Amino acid sequence: MLYREVGQFKASYAADEAIFPIRQDRVLIAAALAFAYLVIPAIASDYWLLTIMVPFLVYALAALGLNLLTGYAGQVSLGTGGFMAVGAFATYKLATAFPGLNIVPILLLAGIITAFVGVLFGFPSLRIKGFYLAVATLAAQFFLIWLFNKFPWFYNYSASGVISAPPRALFGNVYVTGAEADPRARYLFVLTVVALLALAAKNLVRGRIGRAWMAIRDMDIAAEIIGVRPLQTKLLAFAISSFYCGIAGAMWAFIYTSAVEASAFEVDRSFQILFMIIIGGLGSILGSFLGAAFIVLLPTFLDLGPRFFGSELPVNVLTNLEAMIFGALIVLFLIIEPRGLARLWQIGKEKLRLWPFPH
Amino acid sequence: MDLIAAIFVTPFASMWDNPQFVIEVIIGGLLAGVMYSLVALGFVLIYKASGVFNFAQGTMVLFAALTFVGLLERGVPLILAFVIAGAVMVLIGIAIERLMLRPLVNQEQIILFMATIGLAFFLDGFGQLVWGGDVHPLDIGIPKKPLIIGGVLINQFDLVAAAVAGTLVAGLALFFQRTAIGRALRAVADDHQAAQSVGIPLRFIWVIVWSVAGIVGLVAGIMWGSNLGVQFSISLVALKALPVLMLGGFTSVPGAIVGGLIVGVGEKVAEVFWGPALGGAIEDWFAYVLALAFLLIRPQGLFGERIIERV
Amino acid sequence: MTVADAAAAPILEVSRIGMSFGGIQALSGVSLSIAPREILAIIGPNGAGKTSLLNVINGFYHPQQGEIRWKGEIRRRPQPYEAARRGIARTFQNVALFRGMTTLDNIMSGRLMRMRRNFLWQAIRIGPAEREELEHRAFVERIIDFLEIQAIRKVPVGQLAYGLQKRVELGRALAMEPELLLLDEPMAGMNVEEKEDMCRFILDVNEEFGTAIALIEHDMGVVMDISGRVAVLDYGRKIADGSPAEVRADPAVIAAYLGLER
Repeated sequence: MLYREVGQFKASYAADEAIFPIRQDRVLIAAALAFAYLVIPAIASDYWLLTIMVPFLVYALAALGLNLLTGYAGQVSLGTGGFMAVGAFATYKLATAFPGLNIVPILLLAGIITAFVGVLFGFPSLRIKGFYLAVATLAAQFFLIWLFNKFPWFYNYSASGVISAPPRALFGNVYVTGAEADPRARYLFVLTVVALLALAAKNLVRGRIGRAWMAIRDMDIAAEIIGVRPLQTKLLAFAISSFYCGIAGAMWAFIYTSAVEASAFEVDRSFQILFMIIIGGLGSILGSFLGAAFIVLLPTFLDLGPRFFGSELPVNVLTNLEAMIFGALIVLFLIIEPRGLARLWQIGKEKLRLWPFPH
Repeated sequence: MDLIAAIFVTPFASMWDNPQFVIEVIIGGLLAGVMYSLVALGFVLIYKASGVFNFAQGTMVLFAALTFVGLLERGVPLILAFVIAGAVMVLIGIAIERLMLRPLVNQEQIILFMATIGLAFFLDGFGQLVWGGDVHPLDIGIPKKPLIIGGVLINQFDLVAAAVAGTLVAGLALFFQRTAIGRALRAVADDHQAAQSVGIPLRFIWVIVWSVAGIVGLVAGIMWGSNLGVQFSISLVALKALPVLMLGGFTSVPGAIVGGLIVGVGEKVAEVFWGPALGGAIEDWFAYVLALAFLLIRPQGLFGERIIERV
Repeated sequence: MTVADAAAAPILEVSRIGMSFGGIQALSGVSLSIAPREILAIIGPNGAGKTSLLNVINGFYHPQQGEIRWKGEIRRRPQPYEAARRGIARTFQNVALFRGMTTLDNIMSGRLMRMRRNFLWQAIRIGPAEREELEHRAFVERIIDFLEIQAIRKVPVGQLAYGLQKRVELGRALAMEPELLLLDEPMAGMNVEEKEDMCRFILDVNEEFGTAIALIEHDMGVVMDISGRVAVLDYGRKIADGSPAEVRADPAVIAAYLGLER
């Protein structure tokens, strides 16, 4: 009975088309944002902010990008890591080439560069579909990582090969990157970027572009007969998705790890993010966040588990055990709810409609 | 300028100068390709019969090889070790059918694909937990001395691998075309529901297919392990089998072979003649770009089934 | 039945269309024209090439011989989305709806051709994109009213009964504001009441919006009642073309349907 729409009449199409038509949803979102902005910086330790919240948000952004391409537009991509790398290295080159430039335009430019690269690797999607496309995106993944490893220009000919992200302030002396950056500043910056981009994504998918993407996903032949142009629609999906992944990669390198290295964006990163959207829910904005949370928090719980029982397992046994549990959980998850956590959330809301009545 | 010359001129010049070397590289590539084909075969089998793209194929190869080597190291005689390892793969096939395929029977392909990735993680961890993570050298007596035939250097080991692969392929092709079970497998690959409605026992077929794929994986694992030693990087070989499949088409046994050969030769030639100009390690991505280029011309691969979309 | 503008130039003319797949000749020497505001029924035994003909008009198939004229202009190898943008809408035998979307979204997708606001406005939503969305929503709601499917607006179409799905598909086609509507067996699988409803919709569309309609149909009662002209295909050839009464009496047509010796 908590989640009823009773009494909420929509007197205009505008009200029906609102981003969160149900009042309880609006309350929830407002509460979540308030919590994220006000409560967490106040109570969370630096450790939590830097090793849990920031990576969660960055992962969520990458998952969001991939979800737009794979979940909404139906183009399976295994090149996410590569695109994140493009964003990271583009940001590095821009930051070092223009020392005076503020981080925000740098991120935007890096995103746009990644979008162009994404479009380039998206062209095959017109001829190639399904798994073949997924494997083709691996070409992008492997090529891009090879590129960033092989050509010293990308890391400014640094002798050691390990490059750290230069410090950048958002305004005044509020640093968000580099050694001086306050964890709270980093967290709030990343939170704002991700929140804004999530809002943009939500608007995109409920408007004409989202509909065009879903049409292509569901039946691309039928999409053509209503006048959707397949190439443009798919390329736009690649562009916007890569934009998001590029910014995620940039923030990964600059704000999370403070190091720009190609090895952070190998093919297992691509698979990791694909996992996130499958577990979280394909074709769902909320799902991207839920999936990212699940995968970020899982190793923490797996580590805590044995310790809770008083035993300390040797590291290699622990790693193998983690891999086994992770794999088994994935399969289990797919069996129980293939449409992901977002669907479970929806089912939960449906139940709340009726609670305390069973049906 | 240098780069342009290095791409368009120098490689051909050096090929022209050393024809024997070119032949050696090509033959080396063909034989390396055969090894890829062995792994790709397992993929094709499973895809043909259950429509599942088995990302865990590489891990299955590794697991089979680890089991085999582990048994050998504990003093089990060769043939017995092979039989036991084969039996283990059959058991794994049964477990996969019961625990993974049956509950997911009507799901979309991408879900099954993701499930096989989970399976890969699981088998990885399990294999290394049981047998340890070190490299296990493997020697089952395959001669490794190089031969010189007609002035060209050929590796005996590669020849044996080619022979093994050839036999396997011939056997599998016969199996698919001539036997009743083979026909049932092809029916299942086409349409699960239709196959069931004519009384084909889906689950039994799947157990067979995954077990056969597991045994093919065992053979592939033994060959790769004899070459490189049995170690984790073998499962990464699976990723290399993907461009082989793209080239050959996911549903074709001859396609897996031809695709493997093309990828093997392409990679070797590219690495030897173009590699130095581009900084080396082209093998990381060359196979994929090659396959991508092929796909743009023929989106279903060389031998894959043409997808005709009807409305 | 409205009186077709028989004197006016046809909006669609196909001449001597020949289409084969591998060894099968689906269409040979088919010529047909559709006048504005006309309702043309295409009938014939199974396998006669009726759907293939619609696919050719639509741009799905490119015929090996013959030409297609749309409003007097020759169209070479048109793509389906070009046909859509020129004003040809289509429904399918097997209901080609987007199963992941609701009824409302499916019909709204019929307006995609006319929605212009670029992705930046879409991302912000407030402002021009929102206004455009509401404008099209109002149009689509009129179609929903017309087809009496208000109650299933927010239901994912995969969950709807077959008859309702066909109605939604018609709605999506109408949302495109087409000049020519191609309907492939719009009443297949429907009971008597549903057929009557569908007939009424088709006639209303023709009267109110002036849309020319070409429909493939097997139910002779429907064909005789609503169509102004009937074309009969058999083995890929057109064997008759005229008013329903003429066609009904045509000996070639009778032979084709009843299989008399030739």
